[in-house]
Amino acid sequence: MNAILRRRFLEQIMVMFGREPKKPEAISEEAQQIHFVKRTTNKEKLQAAAAHAEAHMNTSHKWRNRRWITLALINLFFVVSYHYDIQILEGALTASRFIGFHLIDLNSALQVMLAHRNIITNLLIGTGTVLVLWILFGGRTFCSWVCPYHLLAEWAEKIHLWLVREKLVIDQPVDRRLRTVFWIVFALLAFATGYTVYEAISPTGIVSRALIYGPGLALLWVLALLVFEVFFSRRAWCRYACPIGLTYGVVGIFTPLRIKYTLDGCFHEGNCRKVCLVPHVLDTVIKGRAVHTEVPIGPDCTRCGLCVDVCPTGSLTYEVKGLSKLM
Amino acid sequence: MSEDDRPDDEQPAKPAGKVKPPPLSRSKRQALRRKFLRTVLLTGGVLGAGLSGFLPLVYARKPRLRPPGALDEKDFLASCIKCGQCVQVCPVQAIRLADLVDGVGVGAPYIDAREQACDFSCDAVQCVLACPTGSLTYKKPAFLETRPGAQLAAKPILLAKEDDPEPTLNFGERMGVARLTRPESCLAIKGKGFKGPARGHTFRGKMRYMRVDRWKPIRIAEYRYEVEECDLCVRECPIKDAISIETVYAPDGSQRKSPVVHEPCVGCGVCEMICPTEPGSIEIMPREVWRT
Repeated sequence: MNAILRRRFLEQIMVMFGREPKKPEAISEEAQQIHFVKRTTNKEKLQAAAAHAEAHMNTSHKWRNRRWITLALINLFFVVSYHYDIQILEGALTASRFIGFHLIDLNSALQVMLAHRNIITNLLIGTGTVLVLWILFGGRTFCSWVCPYHLLAEWAEKIHLWLVREKLVIDQPVDRRLRTVFWIVFALLAFATGYTVYEAISPTGIVSRALIYGPGLALLWVLALLVFEVFFSRRAWCRYACPIGLTYGVVGIFTPLRIKYTLDGCFHEGNCRKVCLVPHVLDTVIKGRAVHTEVPIGPDCTRCGLCVDVCPTGSLTYEVKGLSKLM
Repeated sequence: MSEDDRPDDEQPAKPAGKVKPPPLSRSKRQALRRKFLRTVLLTGGVLGAGLSGFLPLVYARKPRLRPPGALDEKDFLASCIKCGQCVQVCPVQAIRLADLVDGVGVGAPYIDAREQACDFSCDAVQCVLACPTGSLTYKKPAFLETRPGAQLAAKPILLAKEDDPEPTLNFGERMGVARLTRPESCLAIKGKGFKGPARGHTFRGKMRYMRVDRWKPIRIAEYRYEVEECDLCVRECPIKDAISIETVYAPDGSQRKSPVVHEPCVGCGVCEMICPTEPGSIEIMPREVWRT
């Protein structure tokens, strides 16, 4: 028992006999430090810090699971419709009929019309339906919620990130302007040659057809892309090459469904940017970059919700523009 | 380390107005150069893969037999959206989708007539109805030309529907023309008969036999023939007056029987599928036109 505590021991005996307790004359160094911390912070802040640390521990997969289920169900619906002859959703992702209504992929329709040099009326009706659909649901939502290649690439990305952690590979980023160049080049190629060149290498079409009509050698090209992404460049196809992504990105410019960033609660730790397929859309979360208290995330966002899942402060949420005002 | 992976606080906000950026460090310049080279590499890879799709076109020896009502090959490949809806409606699964070896034609439908021909079991050319882009069409749009001899003289009469109020198939251009490519092996020319299933017990192809069931195609392996003189190609041809057994005279004056193809032939490939000789004596010349 040290001197300070021995003095308090004797004083407590005096208090028992009737003396009033008084402020201590000496306090140990360790206790003084804690008193200092307690003077400078309050209880709420301490609790908030503890809760924040806990939020980091409990990572949610709510939106990822919902998305994977949706993506699998949509693609399985195509497969089941054909194999069990239900005739509800006929065709593949490039073009289909849903209970008789034409649904035409916008990029495929564009390639076909450029190559054919003709506006095909049937296609216009189908593209119109799809256009309205994706204006409502947010353009590149197609990528992460429907495209089957996205799911394969997401799994390949997990392997890539593991290899990066093990210091076996390094992510090699590529200039993002390349995707715009590809979009223009493939449009020009279709128009100039009269063949839908992009459709031959589109992993979306290849995987969709492989699921429905059975696998073929064309899957080798998809495999090559995945190998490239695993060992060389993270999510290279979706980030730097795919013209479908750009087409749907443009469709999603004026869409009501998007991810909303709220500046107030954000700790600017950047976990959202680490999981994001397109981290350039999350530049607003960098400390000092937000232009307003609430900022909607831009059209290149695929609304995959990985950032919503990973955010410990709830600063990133799904939002339907105008819906909150209506309710 | 990419720009996106840097911790947030390290990125300074750019000062407003036009300020000349400080010269880049040596390592930063190198990193930029490497990124540029990678970009070039990916550009080359993707474009190379895309353009390699033209190789099969250049080296193609024989054109593919396309489903009924297909536009001319180039227009067909331009307009096909590769969705496979034609595949889904075909009752005998005659239509397949081309694989990687077809290059830019990957995913486009074709028919391998020897394995499974189009026998018009559907009565109404369902694949044309299913096509969302008009790659398969009843009527060609006005701006596309028709090759001479590709147009059928009259709408083909489907024998299965001959007694129906509307006996014709609603398409105007032939898929190809049947030709007796191996007359030396043809059983009809040899004057031989045929007994048993046309293509053996393991053959998977299906066909509609009107005398069995109009609405349900059966496996050819399940149907036994017994003919004195082989005329299977004529007997099973679904189109009226497209082929017949005729007496032909050789230059030396000798005469013999032979299958003879006539103008109404649409090139569906049933004769090629049913021919019992191995290899088949009669074949479809895809995209071939009628020459008189």
